[in-house]
Amino acid sequence: MGILDSKVPSGPLAEKWTSYKDHIELVNPANKRNIDIIVVGTGLAGGAAAATLAELGYNVKTFCYQDSPRRAHSIAAQGGINAAKNYQGDGDSNYRLFYDTVKGGDYRSREANVYRLAEVSANIIDQCVAQGVPFAREYGGLLDNRSFGGVLVSRTFYAKGQTGQQLLLGAYSAMNRQINRGKIQSHTRHEMMDLVKVDGKARGIIARNLVTGEIERHSAHAVVLATGGYGNVFFLSTNAMGSNVMAAWRAHRKGAFFANPCYTQIHPTCIPVSGDHQSKLTLMSESLRNDGRIWVPKRKEDAVAIQEGKLKPLQLKEEDRDYYLERRYPAFGNLVPRDVASRAAKERCDAGFGVNKTGEAVYLDFTSAIQRYGKEQALTQGLHNADDKEVTKLGKAVIEAKYGNLFQMYEKIVDENPYETPMMIYPAVHYTMGGLWVDYNLQTTVEGCYAAGEANFSDHGANRLGASALMQGLADGYFVLPYTIGDYLSNDIRTGPIATDSPEFDTAEKEVKARLDKLMGGKGLHSVDSYHKKLGKIMWNKCGMSRNAKELQEAIDEISALRADFWENVKIPGIADGMNQELEKAGRVADFLELGELFAKDALTRNESCGGHFREEYQTPEGEAMRDDENFKFASAWEYKGEPKDAVLHKEELVYENIELKTRSYK
Amino acid sequence: MKLNLKIWRQQDAKSKGKMTDYSLGGVEGDMSFLEMLDILNEQLINKGEEPVVFDHDCREGICGSCSLMINGEPHGPDRMVTTCQLHMRKFNDGDTIVIEPFRAKAFPVIKDLMVDRTSFDRIQQSGGYISVNTSGNTVDANAIPINKHAADEAMDAATCIGCGACVAACKNASAMLFTSAKVSQFALLPQGQVEATERVQNMVRQMDLEGFGNCTNTGACEIECPKGISLENIARLNREYYSANLKG
Ligand SMILES: Cc1cc2nc3c(=O)[nH]c(=O)nc-3n(C[C@H](O)[C@H](O)[C@H](O)COP(=O)(O)OP(=O)(O)OC[C@H]3O[C@@H](n4cnc5c(N)ncnc54)[C@H](O)[C@@H]3O)c2cc1C
Ligand code: SF4
Ligand code: FES
Repeated sequence: MGILDSKVPSGPLAEKWTSYKDHIELVNPANKRNIDIIVVGTGLAGGAAAATLAELGYNVKTFCYQDSPRRAHSIAAQGGINAAKNYQGDGDSNYRLFYDTVKGGDYRSREANVYRLAEVSANIIDQCVAQGVPFAREYGGLLDNRSFGGVLVSRTFYAKGQTGQQLLLGAYSAMNRQINRGKIQSHTRHEMMDLVKVDGKARGIIARNLVTGEIERHSAHAVVLATGGYGNVFFLSTNAMGSNVMAAWRAHRKGAFFANPCYTQIHPTCIPVSGDHQSKLTLMSESLRNDGRIWVPKRKEDAVAIQEGKLKPLQLKEEDRDYYLERRYPAFGNLVPRDVASRAAKERCDAGFGVNKTGEAVYLDFTSAIQRYGKEQALTQGLHNADDKEVTKLGKAVIEAKYGNLFQMYEKIVDENPYETPMMIYPAVHYTMGGLWVDYNLQTTVEGCYAAGEANFSDHGANRLGASALMQGLADGYFVLPYTIGDYLSNDIRTGPIATDSPEFDTAEKEVKARLDKLMGGKGLHSVDSYHKKLGKIMWNKCGMSRNAKELQEAIDEISALRADFWENVKIPGIADGMNQELEKAGRVADFLELGELFAKDALTRNESCGGHFREEYQTPEGEAMRDDENFKFASAWEYKGEPKDAVLHKEELVYENIELKTRSYK
Repeated sequence: MKLNLKIWRQQDAKSKGKMTDYSLGGVEGDMSFLEMLDILNEQLINKGEEPVVFDHDCREGICGSCSLMINGEPHGPDRMVTTCQLHMRKFNDGDTIVIEPFRAKAFPVIKDLMVDRTSFDRIQQSGGYISVNTSGNTVDANAIPINKHAADEAMDAATCIGCGACVAACKNASAMLFTSAKVSQFALLPQGQVEATERVQNMVRQMDLEGFGNCTNTGACEIECPKGISLENIARLNREYYSANLKG
């Protein structure tokens, strides 16, 4: 299918990016002053891109829906960022990071993009240190590393449990420097409502000022979308409340293909849902699986007693517990990759062994670790006669030093002390690997419209490894886009400013206003949230951790009916020309109601299990995922044709020249 | 539990606002404070009234969006948490809860409980950065060894989430704790030394221009700060500021 040209440069894998950079067209500094770029989104990807493009001399306009660029959802990332620095001398290399990422993604990503990511990763750390990002250090003053799931080296850099915050504040400070120089115009509390195309090229956006309700036109020579992921299609997720698909979806409707919508990451260690009032879910970092052991009761009657509050976990003897990950995956145990751990928890809970009142939780138990560390401490401190109480105390101190902030967060939310009783955890929607299809240049199928960070589909295939999203966002923003977009803009040095009074802008603005009127004109029966929650239930039950053809078809029908109901009956108080948070939510939910259906359709089309996409029909007798490389070694890229049911599938065949395809096994 | 809520309602920046009473039942201890407001809003919407506007996003205490004066305290009665992390189990059946926006001249109300904190951004824009290009031509990260103690202290200062509780808590509406956190982060790191003089002067100047008050060392900011940003940072800012002024 010729439409999808990945534009991967020729030559050996390790030389592609360098030789590409040597041969692209450049824009001279004087001409850059005449070129405008719009960057929508100021998370790691957008913030980094905006800062670098402005520094190069382009005129940049940024947009975000929060009141400050510093509040983008990247701020919430906890664990760390990968880079192939090999500071630990444990055999890391660009190739190894590349290999781990492709394998972790279950062989569904594009080799050349992933290699480039690995190649620029080391430079990210240099850059961030120069900006004053306070990464954790060893006593000798050098940078410290930790290790994450799915890999055999220590390549994760971190800043306590707030790595995303520190990296984002770094990008924000780089943006601030350019704002101060007048090279970035920052538009906060603004939402992109549509993409404007002139002569087939992306030339601007229509935005809504969220404070005044005004509809504004903004033009540019190119538009970058760095608007994050769409995990909130599930209503409950670890994403921020405002995270949405609107910008990407608007571009999709204007011709940008949407790739692999069904690839979603469901993170195994989150705090379980406590009731219907719940608005979002909280992640407990993956690092906890280094020391916590995951279990449920062996006997169903014990599980039922626990669910009814008649039995406490600590009353259950060792032999009555089922450490199911250790049982099923002796080689990797509690450290299997995220997709595998999540499915195993669901399997036990579905079978009736869950441990909270809803039966949707498993234990993450630190008792063994506390004992192990306690004994070690007693020995090293020369306390040979330490009694149990003393050992426990010493052990708890070690756990506190490692995970204190997470334990405190858990206690605030659940009101139980995880040092005394095992944590309860359950999988939750966390990250979306799918997104706008982009070529090697990060350009979508709309000329001049680029996508970066979680908003695009590149790099992570069907499953993302921990600490790799921050790496990708900054790589796209600081190091990739500034080159690739320059190559494209070299054709625009004589174009001059893009007018906003063209018929294309008129039409786009009219369409946006009509859509807002239509939303405000609903019959007024049900709140936006009530629709969002219903959509979330369908997605979670039928498009979640495991999927089958029958339920996916049901999901398609149900979502389509829910969408019709929404447009007919949604209730939005207040007015459109002023601050109206319900209207903001409504616009986002309207797009989720389309994306959700495409998501189910994509999942139904992919007749295999790979990474985060598990189809019940395609599993081994032991319940492991069965990939089908013969028929599905491609990225799905959907073309908009009106209703989601009419979307047309294009396939980008994935070529593996440097890696041999294998079945992932963690047994 | 059942609660009596007294909430500040204000149509927009120009209108006059007033306290409005609401009574809300069905509140559970497991709910966060914002989830409690979600329920109130759902009820208001179903009655065809405009819901209460407030800022929020991450709902896990890191983005700094949420604010609110709850019974006279920024982020409410619990310590070291933001409003989104405050749980209703801290309240009792029948309680009256007064909910107002963060108040300061430099934080004008936008609507109801939402205020404009862009004055904080402008302080950062005036000097809260290290002037290094981001296109990748820097030295290797380990070529700048940094004492672990200094790095940890810089990290502690850098965890400020820019929420503005320090300003709301201060009777002078001073932004010293916020500004000093950024100044300190860079003052503690070798990378920050080159521009130290201009940074502290520019940031303090901008802080004054925005209309924040003077610091009279009452310490209310430190008590209410959800991230535990310490008063030592203010002392460090003052030292930086005096030595910068000596240099001219
Ligand atoms: C709790 C949590 C912990 C995580 N921990 C890690 C970790 O340890 N390591 C790791 O590598 N990854 C982690 N991740 C994943 C990672 O944080 C994200 O994938 C990444 O930060 C996304 O960055 P981004 O720049 O693509 O988008 P975001 O940071 O989501 O930014 C999106 C931007 O787009 C703007 N925007 C969105 N829609 C519109 C619109 N319509 N109009 C205008 N502006 C709009 C927003 O205002 C925002 O500025 C974590 C994720 C979560 C949820
Ligand atoms: S210093 Fe504390 S209270 Fe002030 S803005 Fe920062 S985090 Fe909020
Ligand atoms: S909503 Fe992000 S800190 Fe409260």
